[in-house]
Amino acid sequence: MAEKMELNEVEVWDGNMAASQALRQAQIDVVAAYPITPSTPVVQNYGSFLANGYIDGEFVMVESEHAAMSGCVGAAAAGGRVATATSSQGFALMAEVLYQASGMRLPIVLVVVNRALAAPLNVNGDHSDMYMGRDSGWIQLDAFNAQEAYDLTLMAFKIGEDPEIRLPVMSHQDGFITSHTAENVRPLSDDEAYEFIGEYPMVNAMLDLAKPVTYGVQTEEDWHFEHKARQHHDLMTKVFGKVDEVFDAFEKKTGRKYNIVEKYDMDDAEVAIVALGTTVDTAKYVADNLRKTKGIKAGVVAPRLFRPWPHEQMMEALSGVKAVACLDRSSPNGAFGMLFNEVSATMYQSDNHPVITNYIYGLGGRDFTVEHAEEIYSELVANAEAGKPTTPLQQFIGLRGPKLSFY
Amino acid sequence: MSEIKKIKNLKEFSTSADRFEGANLLCPGCAHSIIVREILNATHDPLILGSATGCLEVCTAVYPYTSWDNSWIHIGFENASTAVAGAEAMYKARKRKGKLPASCEGKTPKFVAFGGDGATYDIGFQWISGCFERGHDMMYVCLDNEVYANTGGQRSSSTPIGASTVTTPAGRVSYGEKMMKKDIVGIMAAHGAPYVAQVAPNKWKDMVKKIQKGFQTEGPVFINAMSACTTEWKFAPDDTIAISDLATDSLVFPLYEIENGTKLTITYRPKNKVPVRDYLGAQGRFKHLFKPQYEYLIDEWQKMVDERWEYLQRREEASV
Ligand SMILES: Cc1ncc(C[n+]2csc(CCOP(=O)(O)OP(=O)(O)O)c2C)c(N)n1
Ligand code: SF4
Repeated sequence: MAEKMELNEVEVWDGNMAASQALRQAQIDVVAAYPITPSTPVVQNYGSFLANGYIDGEFVMVESEHAAMSGCVGAAAAGGRVATATSSQGFALMAEVLYQASGMRLPIVLVVVNRALAAPLNVNGDHSDMYMGRDSGWIQLDAFNAQEAYDLTLMAFKIGEDPEIRLPVMSHQDGFITSHTAENVRPLSDDEAYEFIGEYPMVNAMLDLAKPVTYGVQTEEDWHFEHKARQHHDLMTKVFGKVDEVFDAFEKKTGRKYNIVEKYDMDDAEVAIVALGTTVDTAKYVADNLRKTKGIKAGVVAPRLFRPWPHEQMMEALSGVKAVACLDRSSPNGAFGMLFNEVSATMYQSDNHPVITNYIYGLGGRDFTVEHAEEIYSELVANAEAGKPTTPLQQFIGLRGPKLSFY
Repeated sequence: MSEIKKIKNLKEFSTSADRFEGANLLCPGCAHSIIVREILNATHDPLILGSATGCLEVCTAVYPYTSWDNSWIHIGFENASTAVAGAEAMYKARKRKGKLPASCEGKTPKFVAFGGDGATYDIGFQWISGCFERGHDMMYVCLDNEVYANTGGQRSSSTPIGASTVTTPAGRVSYGEKMMKKDIVGIMAAHGAPYVAQVAPNKWKDMVKKIQKGFQTEGPVFINAMSACTTEWKFAPDDTIAISDLATDSLVFPLYEIENGTKLTITYRPKNKVPVRDYLGAQGRFKHLFKPQYEYLIDEWQKMVDERWEYLQRREEASV
């Protein structure tokens, strides 16, 4: 039996510690892991939990991230709770197996501490890895600070392991900004946390010797489409209801309210920023200030769930707005940013769609400042008044050298 | 320790378990299916199995069918070892916690991963090495047909010198594969694995002994199984065992085991040693070696096999 850890009502944890504490409290059976900055401390913390008797599952230190996810898939198929953590190149190395995990409906939890992808090599945070995961069949939850990294990682188990869902879940947080910044975090006690997540529901376990199962079959043109479309896509759409349910249960337990799409100051907003990760809190702060000092009706919209994409909730959140800026923290590679594409596709279906522009920012950990957010809002005000874009459709902010802008 | 299955004769052996269905899509005469059956039949223990992408995998689990009557998993080409190691880790964790399914009561499953030589010698090598270094309690079986058969016969680092494959074809100026076959058994023994052995399906008693010994061993076990491939080696489907006999009796494929990384024991000494020429001559993939300009290679082959046999005998004697 693992020993329980006595926690204070408020702990000073960084995002990595918050995530690893959530993993510990989930009493995972198998963690197979490989270190990479900035998620390394998740693995290290877990090692120290083991060394001090706070976990009694298997901690398998493998030789690569590809093996980490391979071990997780084998372990999850065997029948038990499984999780690991990674970032950037590690995420990329896992990519092949991410599809296998979701295709076999294995509810693995992956803590992704977002980081840029090389080349050039860069250890800092951006959303390249998060976006890379978007078509891998995993549920993607996004935390904006350490408290949320803890809360969402706990909830990831409950969502993914639900017998009606059984899909793997990524719990994202921003590299360094969240992962390495100490903040006040209010944890649940070990008992409360475990009680909230519940025992692992064993489904189609390879270890059930009475009922052998075959995992990872081949399906060509006669069945592949059905598997991907029905079992997978159709199933994904059930996730919204489940996430709502889990968010509600969590609110009842902790008083902390989460929404599939977070809306801040949106009741009467005319201009809005849509963003992910730590940028959301910066945008909120600036929106508040602009309302107070300049009377600008500014708001913020932030999807908690990046996959499945919350089309309806997003449309509802942005339908009354005149101008929207979608902020993408990843190289668009000669196209529009991912978030811009998603939001534009959604809002095109809306009767009164806002003017939408795309801002590329913060690559490789470049700061996103209050001034940047103020500048964006002021351009949004101009767009709202003109009823059309007054600036290029896509701009790069915080970039040195000649201004880059397209379309 | 589980009870060792007693086997009297070949008839009884070949019909004593039905955990791998004859209904599969492997070519008639494919040694893969013979080997898998022999391994599964060697024990009463429940098995948790995995396969790498390759002939065995694509031919035995085409939805909605499966040839596997034990739990089985396939992830990718390179990671069958780690998938099975993950399942083994899960078994350990849940056993310690007292949370195994009721069906595990009084039973100890064994964990086995299968991979072709491509999956083992090449792309999957890192994963296997990792599993062996960590000491998972599992058996890894390489179905060594010396070629990437599933993708149509490309060379692997197990392909022997002089073999014609689709990526190293014999032609006017080439005798085919130029590299030497990698010594995978030696490499795996060098991991300090408690048990490593080379087997062939025609020597079924030797196979059973080694597999049973492997299952009785705690820690990672590596089995290199010679798997004659009718399609890529180019011989008639009903000659699989005859070709295998030529391989073991010419000592092209010697049968031996290595315990704890050092103690080497030869387990089969042919009474009538067959010339390597006979082995090569029986397969289409070496046909070109019998042309005058390449015949010198046949002598070199014989020399190579003799030297290897000498080396194995000396190591056995020296017990190092
Ligand atoms: C990452 C990856 N690369 C390449 C392949 C294509 N591929 C599938 S099976 C195979 C060859 C298998 O050869 P081997 O392991 O020797 O097994 P055999 O089919 O000969 O039994 C290859 C190259 C793949 N499935 N995955
Ligand atoms: S190609 Fe060779 S290895 Fe593959 S199924 Fe046919 S005989 Fe077996």
